[in-house]
Amino acid sequence: MSTNTIALSELSVSLPLPLRLHEWVTTVDHKRLGILYILYALTFLVAGGIEAIIMRLQLIRPHNDLVSPEVFNRMFTMHGTTMIFFAAMPLVFGFANYLVPLMIGARDMAFPRLNAFSFWMTALGGLLLYFSFLGGDGLYGGGGAPDVGWFAYAPLTAKTFSVGHSTDFWTLSLLVSGIGSVGTAINIIATILCMRCPGMALGKMPLLAWLNLTMAGLVILAVSPLTAAQLMLLVDRYLGGHFFDTQAGGSAVIWMHFFWIFGHPEVYVLVIPAFAFTSEIIPVFSRKAIFGYPVMVLATVAIGFISMSVWAHHMFTVGMSSGANTFFVLSTMAISVPTGIKIFNWLATMWGGKIRFTTPMLFCIGFLFQFLIGGLTGITLAVAPFDWHLGNSYYLVAHFHYVIVGAILFAAFGAFFYWFPKVSGKMYNEPLGKLFFWLFLSGFHLTFDFMHIPGLLGMPRRIYTYEPGRGWDIWNVIVTIGVFFQVVGILVFAVNLVWSYYRGNAAGNDPWDAWTLEWSTSSPPPGYNYAVIPTVRSRRPLWDLKHPEDPDWRYE
Amino acid sequence: MSPTNIFAPASTPADSIFGLSMFVLLTVAAIFIVVFSLLAYVLVRFRNKRSDDRSEPAQVYGSTQVELAWTIIPGLIVVALFLAAAHVIASVQDAPRPPGALQVIVTGHQYWWEYRYPGLNIVTANELHVPLSNPAHPTPTFLTLLSADTDHSFWVPRLAGKTDLIPNHPNSMWIDPHEPGIFLGQCAQYCGVQHAKMLLRVYVQPRAEFDRWVREQQQLPHSVEGAALTGQRVFESTACVSCHAVSGTPAKGRFGPDLTHLMSRDTIASGAAANTHEMLRLWIKNPDVIKPGSRMPAMGLSDPDLDAVTGYLETLR
Repeated sequence: MSTNTIALSELSVSLPLPLRLHEWVTTVDHKRLGILYILYALTFLVAGGIEAIIMRLQLIRPHNDLVSPEVFNRMFTMHGTTMIFFAAMPLVFGFANYLVPLMIGARDMAFPRLNAFSFWMTALGGLLLYFSFLGGDGLYGGGGAPDVGWFAYAPLTAKTFSVGHSTDFWTLSLLVSGIGSVGTAINIIATILCMRCPGMALGKMPLLAWLNLTMAGLVILAVSPLTAAQLMLLVDRYLGGHFFDTQAGGSAVIWMHFFWIFGHPEVYVLVIPAFAFTSEIIPVFSRKAIFGYPVMVLATVAIGFISMSVWAHHMFTVGMSSGANTFFVLSTMAISVPTGIKIFNWLATMWGGKIRFTTPMLFCIGFLFQFLIGGLTGITLAVAPFDWHLGNSYYLVAHFHYVIVGAILFAAFGAFFYWFPKVSGKMYNEPLGKLFFWLFLSGFHLTFDFMHIPGLLGMPRRIYTYEPGRGWDIWNVIVTIGVFFQVVGILVFAVNLVWSYYRGNAAGNDPWDAWTLEWSTSSPPPGYNYAVIPTVRSRRPLWDLKHPEDPDWRYE
Repeated sequence: MSPTNIFAPASTPADSIFGLSMFVLLTVAAIFIVVFSLLAYVLVRFRNKRSDDRSEPAQVYGSTQVELAWTIIPGLIVVALFLAAAHVIASVQDAPRPPGALQVIVTGHQYWWEYRYPGLNIVTANELHVPLSNPAHPTPTFLTLLSADTDHSFWVPRLAGKTDLIPNHPNSMWIDPHEPGIFLGQCAQYCGVQHAKMLLRVYVQPRAEFDRWVREQQQLPHSVEGAALTGQRVFESTACVSCHAVSGTPAKGRFGPDLTHLMSRDTIASGAAANTHEMLRLWIKNPDVIKPGSRMPAMGLSDPDLDAVTGYLETLR
């Protein structure tokens, strides 16, 4: 099979375009599917970004009437749904797909066809969601895209309040993409457990593999209740069920529990891969082995378990008993201990090193700084009484964007630049990469630092306009200005990647003098990844090769 | 100064949260300073000084002692924060209800607030009146929170944290304002198209003034004559009465705000517009100009009927 793959990929250079596209559509190669996932995620990142720009322009001054309330409500619903389900998750899955088999010395994922099926299910989900702009009106003319918010609280989703088909597109798209997510998660787990190369005991895997294993476990646990809830909602809307239909005795609170038992682990589904990128990139550019590998693994697994018991901190204002509120304060705060351990271990990895400030490293340092702040504002939100103010305010919006953009997206950009030479075979342009970093960093801080303040001054989220005289005006102007810097930064990023792909210098197999297996094969790797399956003796097999006098396996 | 600043408490629940929030903010600020200093130090001290230097630094794989240190110390900080939070949760949520407390039933509607004062026989909308509470002899107001349709959230930052109004899930909260005045807020849980203009106004009045307000609200409207009577007939013979009630008249609708004492309110449309002649007339004529997507339909009245109805409503004091 591997000989077929190489023959095809060599042939494809000369194939006409339709046949080359056909190759991509029918591929079961983990690297191609990984690239498809990532390109797909970038497309939706742009779509979600445009929705964010529309919202920020509308909010630049009080009583603005750039868009109607109906349009604004669709924008924030689509922005949230798009970014979580069709930008962040495919991005995470794309990197996992591309990197996990290479880093554990395998030739592909455990189930290549399940892999392709999962990707195309996710793709269908995203297309369904966006088709709602055309098809959401249905027969009732109730409106285009979904407008119930990305967590779609009952009973706003009931037929009574959401006529037409916009909510159905939302439900079906998440149902379908959820099947893809679970498929990929099963695949990642099976691959890591069964496909490791000789010598790679679980304790000798790169941290990235451990973190993705935890992430995949969380996906299975978290997406299943969401899928169940979507089915129940469909039953409510079309078969006369009353799970969430409060007018017939159903429970709105049950929907919240279903959604957040998905929603909070989901945060860790996204941030754990960001930890994974950081845990690979920081050691290489500090020129040191990761500090405290076993503790990092333990902390990750601990975060995975604890993250299943914190969901109701999204519901402190729902009117739970004081006992329940107290429990969820404790469980939520408990998660900050293993998270803190991780931050300290990354710092200790850099301590005593020789830090090289390449673009990927800059993004990882940005990640550390912003994850620190996002984690600390998270502690303020975990204090239930403080959350009675902060919950659903712009402070909360600023907090989770700090984590999702400032930490997760920054780490993902670090990963883009770090593995771009491996994936494309070309080196990116370093000055442009750094320009992008500084532009995006400035834009990020203008937008999301100042977004905390209107929240502290009583500005709730999801309002299409606001009253003057509440002290919110100037902060909203600054927040909107920051968006402009981010947009310019993203354009520089796109130019850099496209230009480098066509015109960049050849990268070579190992441009970073790195230590994990993927850098031992060619760039880009052949279809079969490794001509001979490697054998490893330590967590850093390439260190052992480069330093035969002082190999890692003596110390591990 | 922002009228909705969470750091300017004027009631015991908001006070308790304020004290706790200062403790929490100082703690996390201290953590930030420590960790950020470490990060800055590492970046400056351990940067690669000579780009031609390709030698590798000493490889260190870990240390049980330091790992234990940065597990135990954060653990202790978590315990301290947790105990402080648990104390405030109990003091606000499980506060006993003194005998002199006023009770108000708050019902959230798309996109307005209904207030019922059981025992006082008062129904009003959007502007909540409560008595000033003396800290020595507190007379708090307990709110029972219900919803007629979707989820809402009652948030007046200077008085208390927010609590949601959820259908089939009665909630409660309390306030004991110790400062008279008008306190602003708005719905804090997305409830539909006009979530943004579901504004809250709480009027905190000294006891005597509050009692006077109660007596005024308890009166039935006077009978009207002339143009206002024409207006009343139009009002009662069109769809207005399907949704609105005026005590002592055939208008008994429950879907929209009670209009018995409409003119005692400063605002209409849940705070979206001032209660002036022009705005009231515009609101009846075309509500979408003021609050697009609100549940109030444009009544399609002729201009004379519009003037008459507006005139009638203006007699409801």
